Amino acid sequence: MLQVKARIIENKELLPETYYRLSLKTPPIARLAKPGQFVHLRVNEKIFPLLRRPFSIHSVHKENIQILYKVTGAGTGILSRRKKDELLDVIGPLGNGYRLPDKRTKVILVAGGAGVASLCFLSQRLASCPAVLIGGRSKRDILGRDKFKRLKTKIKISTEDGSLGKKGLVTDLLQELLPTLHSPLPTVIYACGPMKMLKETAKIAERHRALCYVSLEEFIVCGVGACQGCAVRTKNGYKRVCKDGPVFDSKEIIW
Amino acid sequence: MKKINLKTNLGRISLKNPIVLASGCFGYGDEYKDLISLDDVGAVVTKTITLKPKAGNPPPRVVETASGILNSIGLANVGAEVFLKEKLPGLLKKFSTPVIVSIAGETRDEYLKLISLLNRKKIAGIELNISCPNVGKDLTIGQDEVETFGLVKAVRKKTNLPLLVKLSPNVTDIGKIAKSAEKAGADILSLVNTFSAIGIDAETGRAKLGGVLGGLSGPAIKPIALRMVWQVRKTTSLPIIGMGGIANTSDALEFIITGANAIGLGSAIFINPDLCREIIAGLKRYLSRKRIYNLDKLVGSLIV
Repeated sequence: MLQVKARIIENKELLPETYYRLSLKTPPIARLAKPGQFVHLRVNEKIFPLLRRPFSIHSVHKENIQILYKVTGAGTGILSRRKKDELLDVIGPLGNGYRLPDKRTKVILVAGGAGVASLCFLSQRLASCPAVLIGGRSKRDILGRDKFKRLKTKIKISTEDGSLGKKGLVTDLLQELLPTLHSPLPTVIYACGPMKMLKETAKIAERHRALCYVSLEEFIVCGVGACQGCAVRTKNGYKRVCKDGPVFDSKEIIW
Repeated sequence: MKKINLKTNLGRISLKNPIVLASGCFGYGDEYKDLISLDDVGAVVTKTITLKPKAGNPPPRVVETASGILNSIGLANVGAEVFLKEKLPGLLKKFSTPVIVSIAGETRDEYLKLISLLNRKKIAGIELNISCPNVGKDLTIGQDEVETFGLVKAVRKKTNLPLLVKLSPNVTDIGKIAKSAEKAGADILSLVNTFSAIGIDAETGRAKLGGVLGGLSGPAIKPIALRMVWQVRKTTSLPIIGMGGIANTSDALEFIITGANAIGLGSAIFINPDLCREIIAGLKRYLSRKRIYNLDKLVGSLIV
């Protein structure tokens, strides 16, 4: 973990005033980063907003890291207006990251909205993956599909308004898919997205006896495990999302 | 160029510079080891420990407010046993920086038990946290002169280690509480702890924090914290660690000029771990520019 000033290579608007992809040049963080880890960044050097904002690492390319973010409030709004060549104060990589699967498993990725960000990075480190499921409110919320091309796998899409793929939730896709995987190999699911989606994913995984890792989102203050602010209730007591997570075995969480 | 001297004394504790990492904001030292070198700071106060481990309050535990952080952690900590076995030895071995251990008890007896566990340790001092606003009691010890006097007096009898008392800002007259602590034998005063506060979500109609009430810290509280340091400086001659919203060199200077012998960094560490080094460099520049050279000369130099 380091604190660095990283140069903005690109801050690309993917959907006007909504989704952005930020590329930062930071060789040490790029070298250390593992899928599922996050960076904690200051959107400016002022006291508003006061706190850092956490973002999953979306991909690593040589000396650069990318994050994919949605403008949801003042902090991300300011971030979206930062320009190429400006410097951002970044701490990272933070958190535990996804535990990579054994070779003899079937891997399924389940993404909701901007939650696709960390799964893209994970897919860069996977040998194979029979299914990638991406869900969103509408077709404009389906992001990062191109990042999965390397896996040569089928990408299934769901949207709540039916504007792309199957109408419904991404967990509906998972529900349909699991019984069709006639495989002697164990299944492992990696999921990232809104809490409701993760909870449902965990339930489905348990029903099908699949191992399931979820990446949780919480309000994070220090990012290093010191302040105990981002507590999540688990079967082993409160755990810190920033340090003990953000990735947890879904069976550990008290949903 | 003339040498700049940042040394400061908190009674018997000598600090190479006035930066103190305040309790609760630095965990037990290991969390920040990659980002902050403890050798750079004047002293460290560890996260408050209690006799038994504490799980802490239900989430959400923190919300951001205008220039502030509202928290309701609830003294979540590993407990004295794990702290003494797993956390403290590493801190004492790896660094020469003074380590002050913050403790809290639900009863006077618990404070005394903790003191007896710490007496034999090579620590620089013990800070009595009598002011955590997040542990579900109507009134903390630090909100009452008589209670403060009684506890500090009882603890004083049991230890020769330097004794720090962390004062609550949630009082009518902080000077009176400070005086009680001094009379009872405190060596150093730390102020202020967080301000009791509440956050409301109008959309849901609920409190934003799981614990409903929280403690406010950050730049939002700085002017009030400064006023309290000023009040305490006027009523006692004890060394003061001043804190409350310090986020840059100027903030640190303001506390020192008002009367703090050292300054505590809390919430600001979460935002910028590199702040310790920035403030040390900033203080040196200031002292050189003003031709003061000795930080000590600045303490309590407020012109009124």
